[in-house]
Amino acid sequence: MSVSLLVFLAFIAITLGITYWASKRSSGATAYFAASRQLTGAQNGIAVAGDYMSAAAFLGLVGIIAFQGYDGFLFPVGGFVAYVTVLLVVAEPLRNSGKYTMADVLAYRMRPRPVKAMASVSTLTICTFYMIAQMVGAGALVALLLKDSGISYRTAVVGVGILMIVYVVFGGMLATTWVQIIKAILMMAGATVLSILVLAHFHFSMGAFFAAAGHVAYHNNGQAVVKDFLQPGLRYKPPYGTLDLVSLGLGLVFGTAGLPHILVRFYTVPDAKTARKSVMWAMVLIGSFFIMTSILGLGAAAIVGPDYIATHGGNNMSTPLLAQRLAGNLFFAFISAVAFATILAVVAGLTISASTSFAHDFWTSTVHKGAERHLGEEVRVARVAAFGVGAVAIAIAVLLGPAANVGFLTTLAQAVAASANFPVIVLAMFWRRFNTWGAVTGLAVGLVSSIGLILVSPSLMGVDASSVSGAARHVIQARAWFPLENPGILSIPLGFLGAFVGTLLSDEPAAGSKFNEMLVRSQTGLGAEEAASY
Amino acid sequence: MPEEIIASKTTPTGWDRVAATPEFRGLITAKKVFIIPVFLFFLVYYFTLPVVVGLAPHFMSTKVIGGANLAYVFALSQFVVAWLIAWRYLKAAGKFDLRVQEIVAKADESRGGE
Repeated sequence: MSVSLLVFLAFIAITLGITYWASKRSSGATAYFAASRQLTGAQNGIAVAGDYMSAAAFLGLVGIIAFQGYDGFLFPVGGFVAYVTVLLVVAEPLRNSGKYTMADVLAYRMRPRPVKAMASVSTLTICTFYMIAQMVGAGALVALLLKDSGISYRTAVVGVGILMIVYVVFGGMLATTWVQIIKAILMMAGATVLSILVLAHFHFSMGAFFAAAGHVAYHNNGQAVVKDFLQPGLRYKPPYGTLDLVSLGLGLVFGTAGLPHILVRFYTVPDAKTARKSVMWAMVLIGSFFIMTSILGLGAAAIVGPDYIATHGGNNMSTPLLAQRLAGNLFFAFISAVAFATILAVVAGLTISASTSFAHDFWTSTVHKGAERHLGEEVRVARVAAFGVGAVAIAIAVLLGPAANVGFLTTLAQAVAASANFPVIVLAMFWRRFNTWGAVTGLAVGLVSSIGLILVSPSLMGVDASSVSGAARHVIQARAWFPLENPGILSIPLGFLGAFVGTLLSDEPAAGSKFNEMLVRSQTGLGAEEAASY
Repeated sequence: MPEEIIASKTTPTGWDRVAATPEFRGLITAKKVFIIPVFLFFLVYYFTLPVVVGLAPHFMSTKVIGGANLAYVFALSQFVVAWLIAWRYLKAAGKFDLRVQEIVAKADESRGGE
C-alpha cells in the first residue's frame, strides 16, 4: 500500500507547489474568481472534463456497469451527450453576459437581491450534495486502501478537507484549475492503460470481450445466476423502468447545463469563442473517457466478477480491483492514487464555486446591495466561506461515516440543477417577458420538487426484510410514494411551470426593457467582461 | 461600458438600436435556423435510446456486429452523433463570428469611436 501513499503524496506536493505559484501570481477579484479570464480553450476544456470526471465517474460509473451491466452504461451516455446542451444553449451566452456566477446571468435583467439570494441557495445546495458524496467516498476509499498504514476514515476525510481548503483559499480559481488539469491527465492515462489491459486480456478480440460480458456468473440473493451484462433491464425493470430511464436522461441532459461548478468555468476564458473551444476539448476527453467506462465496467464484471468485488470493498472498488487483477499491486496503487487525486480536485472545484456564489451572490449582492464596502471584500469573504464550506463538508462526512449510502446525492444534485437552474437560465436568456418573481419561483419550485421527489423515491423509501442491514437498508421503511429513482421527468416541468406562473402573476416592465440589452450582449459579446491583464 | 447607452427606460437605448439592425436580426435568425433543428434532432435521437431500451430490451439484445448487441451499438452511436453535432456547430459558429464582428464594428462606429 505504500506505493499508493507515495503517488498520492507526490500529487499533493505538486499541487501545493502550484497553489503557492498561483497565490504569488494572482491578486484581485477577477484573478481569484475567474483565473483572470486568461485560460486557453484547451486548459479550460481539460479542467471542465476534470470537474465532470469525478470519483463518481471513475469509481461509481464503472461500479454500476460492473454490477448492472448495460443499464449502468446509460449514465455515462446521458452524462456525455449533455454537453450538446451546454455547447448549443448555455456556454457562449453565459460567458458573454455574466461575471463570476450563474446568478449573474439570471439577475441581469431582474432585481438582483431576491434572484441572487435564491440562486445562491440552489448553488450551495447542489455543491453541498455533491461534496458530501465525494468526501464520504474519499474517506471510505482511503480507509479501505490504507487500513494497514493506520490512516482512519476520519483522518482521511479531515485530510482531504484541509487540502481542498488550502487550494481554494490560497490558490483561487487558477490553482483549482491546474489541480483539475493534472488530475484529468492522470485519470485519462490511467483509464486508457486499464482499458488496453482489459482488451489485451481478451487478446484484442472484441468478440471474445463481448462474449465474456454476455455470460457473467455471480450470486444474486444467494442464488447462482449467469446474466448477459450487455442486455438492458438489469437495473431498470417494468413497469416503471422506461419512465425512470427517460427521467434519468432528462436530469442529465438538462442538469449538466445547470451545474454551478461547470458553469463558472466558462468565466475563466477571455471570450465566448474560447468558451466554445473549451466545450470541444471537454467533449473529446469526456466522450473518450465515458466510452472507456463501458470497457472497464464490463471488463470488471467479466474478469473480476461481481462476487469478488462485493466482498472486497463493494462496487465502488471495481476500477482499482480490476487494475489489481490485470497488472498487480503497483498499478492498483497508481489507480487508487488517481482516485484520491480526483476526489481532491473535484471537491476543490465544488468549494470554489460554492464560496464564490456565497461571496458574490449572497454577501455582496444580497446583503450589501451590490457594492463592496471596501476593496477586496468579496475575495476575503469568499476565502472565509471556503473555510466554512470545507468545515461543514468535513463535519457532515465524519458524522455520516464510511458506510453511508450517498450514491443518490449525486443524482439529487444533478436533478436540482436540471429542475431549478436550467429552466431559469434558459428563460432569462430567451424569454422577454421573464421577470424577478418568475426567476425566484422557478428556482424555488425546481429545488423543492426535485428534493421532495427524491425524499419519497425508492432511493430513500422502501420496505426491507429484517435481514437487510447497514447501508443497504432504506432510510424510510415504507412503500415509496414516487415510483422513480430520478425525479427529472416531473420536477423539470414543475421548475418551468413555477417560472411561468411566477412571471405571469407579476408585472415588471423594467425586466422586459432590458431584454434587448441582454440579448445583444449575450449573442455578440459587446460589453462582456474582459480578460484582466497582469 | 459607457453610461449613456444604459441610460433611460423610455427612449430606445444603444442596445435597442443594435438589436433592431438588420445585421443583428440576421445573426439571430441564422443562429435559430441552425441551433433549433439541430437541438431538436439531438433530443429526439438521444431520447429514442432510453425509450427503445426500456420498452424492447430483448429486441435490443440482438447481436449485430463483432459480438456487440444493438443496444450497445446504439449507445455508442450517441457519442458519435454528439461529436458530429459539436463539429458541425463549430463550423457554423465560425460564420456566426463573422456576423458578430460586423455588428461590433458598426456599433463601435455609431458610438463615434469611443
